[in-house]
Amino acid sequence: MAGLATVFGSGAMTNSIPEIENNDLLFVIGSNTKENHPIVALRMIKAVRKGAKLIVADPRKVPMVRFAHLWLQHRPGTDVALLNSMMHVIVKEDLIDREFIVMRTEGFNEEFINNLEEYTPEVGEKITGVPKEKIIQAARMYAMAKHPGIYYTMGITQHSHGSDNVFCIANLALMTGNLGKESAGVNPLRGQNNVQGSTDMGCIPNLYPGYQKVDIQPVREKFERLWGVSLSDRPGLTAPEMIAEAEAGRLKAMYIMGENPVLSDPDIGHTVKALKCLDFLVVQDIFLTETAELADVVLPSACFAEKDGTFTNTERRVQRIRKAINPPGEAREDSWIIMELSKRLGYDMKYTNIEEIFQEIGMAWPAMAGITYSRLEKGGLQWPCPTTDHPGTKYLFKGGFPRGRGRFTVVKYRPSAEEPDKEYPFVLTTGRILFKYHTDTMTGRVDPINKVAGEPFVEINPEDALILGIEEGSKVKVSSRRGEITLKAKISKRPGKGVVFIPFHFKEAAANMLTSSQHLDPLCKIPELKVSAVRIEKV
Amino acid sequence: MQKEVVIKICMGTGGIAAGGKEVMQAFIEELKQQGIDATVEKHCSVHQVGCRGFCARDVLVDVIMNGEKTTYQFIKPDMVPRIVEEHIVGGVVVDEWAVKEDYHAFHEKQVKVVLADCGEIDPESIDSYIERGGYEALKRVLSEMSPEEVIKVIKDSGLRGRGGAGFPTGLKWEFARQKNSDTKYIICNADEGDPGAFMDRSIIEGNPHSVIEGMVIGAYAIGAKTGYVYIRAEYPLAVERLKIALAQAKEKKFLGENILGKDFSFEIKIKLGAGAFVCGEETALIASIEGRRGMPRAKPPFPVEKGLWGKPTVINNVETLANVPYIIRNGASWFAQYGTEKSKGTKVFALTGKVKNTGLIEVPMGISLREIIYDIGGGIEGDRRLKAVQTGGPSGGCIPESMIDISVDYESLQKVGSIVGSGGMVVMDETDCMVNIARYFLEFTQTESCGKCVPCRIGTKRLLEILTRITDGRGRPGDIDLLLILSEDIKAGSLCGLGQTAPNPVLSTIKYFRDEYEAHIHDKRCPAGVCKNLLTYTILEEFCKGCTMCARVCPAGAIVGEKKKPHRIVQEICIKCGACFETCKFKAIRKG
Amino acid sequence: MITLLIDGKQVEVKEGTTILEAARQAEIYIPTLCDDPRLEPYGACRLCLVQVKGMPRLVTACTTPVAEGMEVQTSNEQIERIRKTIVELLLSDHPNDCMVCEKAGDCTLQELAYFYNLRENRFLGERRQYAQRDNNPFIERDMEKCVLCGKCVRVCEEVQAVAAIDIAYRGFNAKVTPPFEKDLNCEFCGQCISVCPTGALIGKLSIGRGRQKDIQKVDTICPYCGCGCNITLHVSRNEIIRVSSSPDNINEGWLCVKGRFGFKFVNSPDRLKKPLIKKNGKFEEVSWDEALDYVASKFREIKDRYGPDAIGGLSSARCTNEENYLFQKFIRATIGTNNVDHCARY
Ligand SMILES: Cc1cc2nc3c(=O)[nH]c(=O)nc-3n(C[C@H](O)[C@H](O)[C@H](O)COP(=O)(O)O)c2cc1C
Repeated sequence: MAGLATVFGSGAMTNSIPEIENNDLLFVIGSNTKENHPIVALRMIKAVRKGAKLIVADPRKVPMVRFAHLWLQHRPGTDVALLNSMMHVIVKEDLIDREFIVMRTEGFNEEFINNLEEYTPEVGEKITGVPKEKIIQAARMYAMAKHPGIYYTMGITQHSHGSDNVFCIANLALMTGNLGKESAGVNPLRGQNNVQGSTDMGCIPNLYPGYQKVDIQPVREKFERLWGVSLSDRPGLTAPEMIAEAEAGRLKAMYIMGENPVLSDPDIGHTVKALKCLDFLVVQDIFLTETAELADVVLPSACFAEKDGTFTNTERRVQRIRKAINPPGEAREDSWIIMELSKRLGYDMKYTNIEEIFQEIGMAWPAMAGITYSRLEKGGLQWPCPTTDHPGTKYLFKGGFPRGRGRFTVVKYRPSAEEPDKEYPFVLTTGRILFKYHTDTMTGRVDPINKVAGEPFVEINPEDALILGIEEGSKVKVSSRRGEITLKAKISKRPGKGVVFIPFHFKEAAANMLTSSQHLDPLCKIPELKVSAVRIEKV
Repeated sequence: MQKEVVIKICMGTGGIAAGGKEVMQAFIEELKQQGIDATVEKHCSVHQVGCRGFCARDVLVDVIMNGEKTTYQFIKPDMVPRIVEEHIVGGVVVDEWAVKEDYHAFHEKQVKVVLADCGEIDPESIDSYIERGGYEALKRVLSEMSPEEVIKVIKDSGLRGRGGAGFPTGLKWEFARQKNSDTKYIICNADEGDPGAFMDRSIIEGNPHSVIEGMVIGAYAIGAKTGYVYIRAEYPLAVERLKIALAQAKEKKFLGENILGKDFSFEIKIKLGAGAFVCGEETALIASIEGRRGMPRAKPPFPVEKGLWGKPTVINNVETLANVPYIIRNGASWFAQYGTEKSKGTKVFALTGKVKNTGLIEVPMGISLREIIYDIGGGIEGDRRLKAVQTGGPSGGCIPESMIDISVDYESLQKVGSIVGSGGMVVMDETDCMVNIARYFLEFTQTESCGKCVPCRIGTKRLLEILTRITDGRGRPGDIDLLLILSEDIKAGSLCGLGQTAPNPVLSTIKYFRDEYEAHIHDKRCPAGVCKNLLTYTILEEFCKGCTMCARVCPAGAIVGEKKKPHRIVQEICIKCGACFETCKFKAIRKG
Repeated sequence: MITLLIDGKQVEVKEGTTILEAARQAEIYIPTLCDDPRLEPYGACRLCLVQVKGMPRLVTACTTPVAEGMEVQTSNEQIERIRKTIVELLLSDHPNDCMVCEKAGDCTLQELAYFYNLRENRFLGERRQYAQRDNNPFIERDMEKCVLCGKCVRVCEEVQAVAAIDIAYRGFNAKVTPPFEKDLNCEFCGQCISVCPTGALIGKLSIGRGRQKDIQKVDTICPYCGCGCNITLHVSRNEIIRVSSSPDNINEGWLCVKGRFGFKFVNSPDRLKKPLIKKNGKFEEVSWDEALDYVASKFREIKDRYGPDAIGGLSSARCTNEENYLFQKFIRATIGTNNVDHCARY
């Protein structure tokens, strides 16, 4: 998200979900939408049925490919080359939107154009493995469409060059003027129900709620006034940095609320080791997760059905959640726990109900000032919504970008940090499957789901399987420089040759035993979860 | 002078089933043996031809010597040598095997338009069709007529759809012509699912080019580039001949790119149907071509607006299309001379049931049922009494004997509760039970219902159940009214023509033969003696001689009595098999 | 815009609207069983038959587009008689076991039977009977209750693009089934359940869990991915027994397998019910006061000794905005550091 924020000034889906059905072209890259955002996928399919063209770029033959007019099967980690090559074609064939570039953007200069110069379709083909004709076709289809939407998820971001990928996507949209319009834009799809919200709310080491920077004095002063305390001016540690600092012995205590980093973060061995180094670990969750097992104190909390509040979905829509049942035993709402702790630490947060907290958010961040619980009774509202008579914002950047002009970024293709080699000849890419969610703490406790998707597996291309003598259902050992796991093989044409896929949900064969925590994106510090080198052996 | 000999052997599905191929082989071999082919090679040819209607008499063979035609009937291979020897070599007709007076009567009152060339030409030879004027119409259309002019001729001719609904063909074409669309389709409906119907099959088997020519003309008129023939897979011979004909037509540039060198291209694809009756319904047919389950959808929109793949589509029946070349060739008024004010031209019927001459007939619209039954059909089998005529296939109605002077046309038949339909015509006599007839047709429509809409799916099932209980002797007071109400609701409530017409046999039999229903329900009696459960066999004491024959054949042991004394049937044990009735020499057993 | 008369009432609607949609806009009720505004019109149940002046037959309101000056009559003696016959026919081939049916109270067929006061049935006869059960873990398919409205087939094909089921066989024996009568094996989105008007398709998780009338419904948001689908929790005795979604929300009433069936974790016996403190390597249940006092004292101790930056907090993408706001406020204002992040920030 930092990537988009850098070039536009704020990071979120620029369009809303209902607008999808009026796209005349959908460019889905690095998103297994039908499995991971099933309901967004339905809108995409609806658009296709209404006549839209669909381009899917994915190393795997994900289910959306079935509906695609064009499928670009690029090698994992070569998105920059693919996108630059498409832009090369667009510039060369003069399919750019001059007026938009002049009026609304900056950085479309010689350096930028010169950089694209080298990414001819031939070069693109060489790096990505996608035939150049397809690259050219995709470029033309995108550039000539009137309402093209780009959709991406972790397939774009979970790389050591994740921000570069995002910059390229932004460049592509900017040079064709496909932003700030209805049914045309750049749309990262969020993987969890309230990722958008927790980012908006400032659970980010350098940002207060509403993307306001902690190191800008007037901003800090505003929050000091609002909260009545003095605040630190140093940006804090990111999650991967916290783990590293813990291991180094400099971070002494952690408070983890509703997350299971042991399973969701790369290199499990490393994460466990780091957490064990802490003097004190508090985990607040609804289940005794793998992370909670390591804690000194575990606080039982209420789940979504047991509390009131709001979630913000991937299209910036703030929506009400409502309490339906009582929490089990003595489990309490997270807000109650935080307030009790705070009081004991001498800072009394005085709220008599949840809505008061929400009102304070509106005071801290003008984009949500116009939203009230009573307005939300009639359905969600999309931020920005500055006043109580504002209808909310369907699509962003209508009049301009928050940072003024949209910025072009020069991006060079860098290979992934860990390329396959003799010892570890396969590229491992991780992800989710339809039936499972994240670290499976929730879906793993739904019997029917376990019946249809109970077992971990590794997807292997039939040609590779043949060479390795692996059959459907064979037990195989997958190892990387970090660790190894044993699981069943699933022979499938979904991954291309040389690529294997493992869903990361399963603790009994956790894909993140294999991934690396060392290769972080320099800008946003996301680890490279989508490309690791692995070896496969039959057991 | 050399003799000119042409032998034509009927090779429709009926002809082949009766042994046409073997007969043909026998002729070829016999002629060879006799050395005739050596001397008169060029002049003696053996042809296969399509059906000429009188299938009951297959195999029919024409021997034409110097232009003089003799038709033989019921020919088997072993009869061939004698014909060759006596007739072809000896010049004397084998009288006892030649057709008689009644064969000519069968043909006399008919007027053949679409069947005119069937039985004359070799359906697998395009030249044979061209020789008799084939593709003249297409040439004229492409060289001198605009699409609008073609449509005008068809409109003026008064041609109406022969597939059942009787919609004016020219008007349908005009609607399609007026639709603005880059893609349009024309579909020939050759699904022909009515039980006992074989009009369309015979036309395709006997003269496939007439259908193709009609389609190309139609495509030109509406602006279609692609056509489909939807034909049931159970018609292998028709499919084969159609394929041959399509290939030949393409070769001669009557089909394909730039037809006859003009700026008009059209191709025809064959689509095989799986033989569901409902797939003959036009919207179901479209669904089936699109690869979906053959289920009808509600109209409007009609196929001319939104048809195949959502594009304007004309669907015409085989017979409808086969009429087109003849109308173009001979003119609208020539066609319109036949028929009544609103129903023009001729119609092909499959005449079956209790008439003496069964087969395929083509008659001018407006002919009376009486003429068809007595003049063409030769009257009732065994000279029993005519009871009713069922027209229009399973969705038609029964017309009682008292009304057989009505004219056969769309309006008149509808007025009396029946329809022309696709041309089924079943003649029934006094040995037919009308309740059972209604039950028979309902059984068909019930199993052929696609199951989509409620009135048809469950309604026809319930109609059938009620009819079955009546014929089983379990009819209840009130059942007739229930049948009437349910029938009306099914007619008004169903989605497609199948359900909308399925109750017709019930309604018309109740209307004209209510007393039979009442006898079944109230008296537990089947007046025609058909419904097994309602039969009783009783021994008439005064005629019984006590011969014990009946007791001996009774499989149930239901007949008791001493030798030489009148016997008695124990009704509780009797299984109504009728064995005693058949055996008794003294007519002492009464059935009823 | 097109103006037409429905039951004498002047209605103005957009071109391309069907009579049924127009009637609904004018708040005129026409009964339906196979209609769903989100699906292509189907015209199978025949309940929406209406009379249009000038048309020779009754037409289905759901399939017939409006035309300028059209005069529509939505009810008359014949129409009502046919509607009643249709419902009666459906009931003649239905188990009529409302006393044990999950759908009772939320069943369109039951509604119609009530509306037409159908106690007797003139058409009783053979009933479809199927012994075979579908062993899939999510969806109970009782095809004896199926009215063949085709909604499940259509939603599966038109919306979900899976086409796992279709109608097989003909006439009275027509039946919705997966290919070759196999067990259902699909994405298990349960869209079919959501559109089924009768008890033919029921979520297995909710069977025997509570009658419709005892259910409390609470609107909320799905806890899984970022789509933000609106869901309705059906609650009985402090337990979620079913999840549904209303057609007029942003997700148009559609859900995925997780959203529709993934709620059982809420009432899982594994849920944490008391605060735990690890003593000698083992967790022990303690009171809230003990746990909170202990945590507070440890945080204070570490902060005093190493400074606030020795403490870090990870928040959750699954908690609410309010909780996330409080969490970062706690880390920043109470602890005094900016060491706050969440795992899925990228
Ligand atoms: C149940 C049903 C079955 C039908 N079967 C046939 C058929 O086998 N052949 C046919 O030509 N028309 C059939 N029709 C009529 C067609 O729907 C359509 O009206 C006809 O093909 C139009 O061609 P025409 O205008 O040339 O008659 C059937 C209609 C129904 C309702």
